[in-house]
This record gives sequence, C-alpha cells and structure tokens, in this order.
Amino acid sequence: MKRVVVLGGGVGGTIVANLVAKKARDAEVTLVDKTGKHVYQPGFVYVAFDKWNPKRLVKDERKLLRRRVKLLIDEVVRVDTKGKQVHLKSGTALAYDYLVIATGARLAPEEIPGSAGAHHFYSVDGALKLRDALAKFPGGRVVITVGGVPYKCPPAPAESACLLDYYFSKRGIRDKVDIHYLSPLGRVFPLETVSPTVQKIFDAKSVRYTTFFNAERVDPEKKVVYSLEGEEVPYDLLIMIPPHHGATFAKDSGLTDAGGWIPTDKYTLEVKGHEGAIWAIGDATDIPISKAGATAHYEAKVVGENVAAMVDGEAPIARYDGKVMCFCDAGFHRGIAMRFDYQHPPVPPPLSLKWYLGKVLVNRLYWTIVPKARA
Amino acid sequence: MVQETVQVTRLVDARGSVCPGPLMALIGAVREQKVGDVIAVYSGDSGSKGDIPLWVKKAGHELIAVKDHEGYAEFVIRKIR
Repeated sequence: MKRVVVLGGGVGGTIVANLVAKKARDAEVTLVDKTGKHVYQPGFVYVAFDKWNPKRLVKDERKLLRRRVKLLIDEVVRVDTKGKQVHLKSGTALAYDYLVIATGARLAPEEIPGSAGAHHFYSVDGALKLRDALAKFPGGRVVITVGGVPYKCPPAPAESACLLDYYFSKRGIRDKVDIHYLSPLGRVFPLETVSPTVQKIFDAKSVRYTTFFNAERVDPEKKVVYSLEGEEVPYDLLIMIPPHHGATFAKDSGLTDAGGWIPTDKYTLEVKGHEGAIWAIGDATDIPISKAGATAHYEAKVVGENVAAMVDGEAPIARYDGKVMCFCDAGFHRGIAMRFDYQHPPVPPPLSLKWYLGKVLVNRLYWTIVPKARA
Repeated sequence: MVQETVQVTRLVDARGSVCPGPLMALIGAVREQKVGDVIAVYSGDSGSKGDIPLWVKKAGHELIAVKDHEGYAEFVIRKIR
C-alpha cells in the first residue's frame, strides 16, 4: 500500500483524493481539512447580491468523497519533508509516500490599516455582511478596490462592479449610486486581450474606473482609501479584495517563496526540490496563472492521474497545459466566457445570454459533477 | 547585470510569468520593502517594458535601469516613498 495524503478539502484536493481512490487500488488515501466543510467559493458574489441563500454554498466534505478516502478534520502544523510526515494540530503525525498540497490561499485583511470596516465577498461571513450593507445602502459612492496582488478569481472585482450596476438598477436607485472601480493594474481587467471588452462594458454601464490603484490604507473616519501610488478616493461604501497569502504551515515548513506561495513546476505540478514526492495545486502554488477554482480543477485532474500512476508503478505522463475556463456574469442576464492556456491567450466572445447561461449551468451542476471528478 | 554602484536589496525573478505577472510581483515586493531599498525584477514578458516603467512613474519610484539580457529584461527600481 502507498500512502497518499492530500491537504485541503477544496475543489482541487477533493478531486485529487477521489481520482486516486478511484484509479489506484493500492493507494491508502487520506484527506486532511481543517473544517470538514466544502465551500463553493464562486457563489459568494451571489450571496452578497442576495440571489442565493448561503446554505447553497456549503456541504459536508465527507459526502463528496469516495468511501475509500479517509477524512481527517484537523489542521496542518508542519510538513517534515525529510521524514515524509505531516504534523497535525491534534498531535498526529501522518506518514506519506506521496503528498498533495491543495490548501489554497488565506485572507489577510488586517494588513491594510484602517480597513476593518471595508467589505468583501471572499468568505461566507464577508458576503453576508456585504449583502446586509447593500440592502441598507441609500445611495452614494461605492468603491471597489484591491488590497494586494495576486488574489483569487482575478475577474471578480470587475464582475462585482457590473453586478452592482444590475443590483442598484433593480432596486431603482442606480441614478443615486456612483460605482467606481479601482484597478491595481494599468488596465481594467488582468487579461490584456479581454480588457477592451470589459472597458466597453464599464462605459456602457457608467461604471467609473481608475487604473494603477493599489490600496495601501483606509481612513474610515474620513471615508477615504489611499493608494500605494499616492492617490486618494472617497467612498460611502468600500469593497476591498483582501490581501492573500499561502497557508502558514507551508511557510513554516520551508516550502514557500518570499510571497508565501509554493514554487511548483507549471507542467508537472511537482513542488520544486521535492519531485516525485510532493505536488501542489490551486491557489497555493506560485504558478503565474489565475488563482481560481477552474485552475485547481484542471490541475487536480493531472495530479490525480499522475499520483495514481505512480502508486501503480507506472510513469506519470500527464501534463498541465495551463488550461483555465471561466464565465463572468455582467448583469442583466449577459456574460462573457474566457478559455485560455499557457500558449493561447483568451479571445473574448461578445457579451451574450449564452455565456450567462453557461455560468448558471456550472453553478447548478457543480456539486453533482466537479468534486466527484466526473468532469 | 546591475551597475556595481547599486546594491540590490531584493531580486524578483518573474521569468516564466506572463503579463501582468511581473508587474504584480513588483507591486508585491514594493509593498514589503522599505523606502530606499532597490528591487531588481527579471521579466521575460515583452509587455513588462510597457507596464513596469508606467507603474514606477505613476507610483513615484525611481527606475534606475532597464537592461536587456538573453531572453529576459532586468528592471532596477528604487523605492522612493
């Protein structure tokens, strides 16, 4: 028996654990997750805009795992790469032959001084607080800003600007709301080929934007957000994407770069310096592509195949080509779709009902298909 | 390489990262470093020659040098404020 340990019960970790359990009979698969709850993060924004009940976002991880996968609800403290053991908060030392790290990113809103009153939609609690604040908002300046790069789901801030336009239009107070998007980059959207399309959408919706604005601090009394670049923007309601970092245990285990991300081969997804023993997927890696569920999904299929092959004594030949596909909701039942990989930048199709429905379909089918590795 | 008189405080090797990755890595490094520190960024992406100098100018830092090497460019920036 080969011991396969997967850290993290998000989309990536769940797919890897299920795939290895399905394909490799000689694998003893253990997944460690600190909450035992699987959260569908793309739904946060719909909770914030009062379209979804938050219950729709969370399921027990156990129910998503194959019976052969052992689930440990515990917290990782440290990985001993020499002794091939994972040390858990409970005191357990978990030995492994193959280790997959899929522990995502953690939010660090406290790093932006004065931002305690800022809203975000990157957790269930954050989305609920924003929902309640939006419901009471009488009109004024809503500012969306980014507290640190990289952050999860690069399109999300721009998508939220469009959904604010839709939300306030439906409430009948759009003319009383000034939506101002502060982009951390020199354009409104991270992907260069998609940015002109998003800029046109912003112009059509009268969403204001400022580029090269990286939030540095907030004065909650004056209601002003200040940037690293020396600019200041007043607000009545502030939405700030919190700074993101990798999991603390990875840093404590000497597995990360200066930014807290795990140096990972972008094709094999092996952790550099630990080839053949440790893999990393999803938000946890330093791979320069979108930190997003779709990325973790496609990476997990590659790692699941390769770890299963190694358990069976075969060569790990699957390679990740950088494939990412995602849909963005632009409000008013319109959306755009993006598909790209390492070699092919996205070619954005026009705004259409079709891509909005694509997003609706993915949201509806997620629980049935994705974590169970059926797609 | 960097002029001998400039002491690089932090090297950010963003080769292999595509636009806007190198700029994002630079912004992250500027957040973490102190005023007066010198950051060198390696980028193999041609877009960096546009967006890195633009951002450095807007943010009020000093672009000390841009040097071409085999397959990548080196940007040397001093954090001014």
